[in-house]
Amino acid sequence: MQITLPSRIESVDEAAAGAERFAKDAGLADDMIFAIDLAVRESVANAVKHGNKFDESKSVEISLAESSESIEIKVRDHGTGFRPEDIPDPTDRENLLKANGRGILFMRSFMDEVQWANADGGGLLVTMVKRR
Amino acid sequence: MADITITERQAGDVTILDLDGKVTIGEGSVALRGAIRRVLGEGKTKLLLNLGHVGYIDSSGIGELVSSFTAVNKEGGTLKLLNLTEKIQDLLAITKLLTVFDVYENEADALASF
Repeated sequence: MQITLPSRIESVDEAAAGAERFAKDAGLADDMIFAIDLAVRESVANAVKHGNKFDESKSVEISLAESSESIEIKVRDHGTGFRPEDIPDPTDRENLLKANGRGILFMRSFMDEVQWANADGGGLLVTMVKRR
Repeated sequence: MADITITERQAGDVTILDLDGKVTIGEGSVALRGAIRRVLGEGKTKLLLNLGHVGYIDSSGIGELVSSFTAVNKEGGTLKLLNLTEKIQDLLAITKLLTVFDVYENEADALASF
C-alpha cells in the first residue's frame, strides 16, 4: 500500500486510517494494529511538522508492505533531515514535564526496528519493522 | 463527527472532565487545551480528568496531559487522572509519567484525595 499526502495535520489521521485498514486486511492481532497505527501517526506527524514544516507543497509518502515474517513501514518527507541522537530523552527527569519529544520514544517502543536515513533525492526516510 | 467530547461536571469543589473519544494531534489535543483553559479561567483549580472513554491517545495527547498538569499547577491547583485504559497506562509507563500523575481507578477515591 502506498499513500501520498500533503503536509498538514489532517494527513496524520488519513495515514493512520490507511495503516489500520492495511493491518486489518493483513489479519493482524489488535496489539499489532495498535502498534502500527501509533508508529504511523508519530512518524507522519514528525514528517509534517519537523520534516516538511507544514509546507503543503511538500508531500509525505507512506508505504506499507507485509511478508510472512513482518510488516515494513516507510515514511518519507522532503525536509532537511535530523539526527535522532540529538533528540533529548523524554524520560530523563529534567524532560518529564516537557510537552513534546515523545514520538520517537513511542516509535522505538512499539516497533521492532526503526531506522532513519537520508532519502535519495533529499528528505528523510524512516523505515520501521514490526515482526509478526 | 468530532474526535472528542468533553463533558464537565462538579463534585463539591472538584471539577470532573469526562473525555470521550481520541486525544490525538489536532482536534483532540486542542479541545483538551481549550477545556482546561476555560475551567481555569473560571477559577476552578481542582481538576479530575476521567479518561475511561478515551479510545486512543498519541504523543501529542500525552503532551497535552502534561501541559494541562503544569498549567493547573501554575495556578496553584491540582490535576489528577481517573480510569486509565490499559493502553494509556502503558504509554504513561513508557514515558515514566506514572511517576508524575496521581492516578485513580475509582471516582470516589479520587474525589476523597483532593
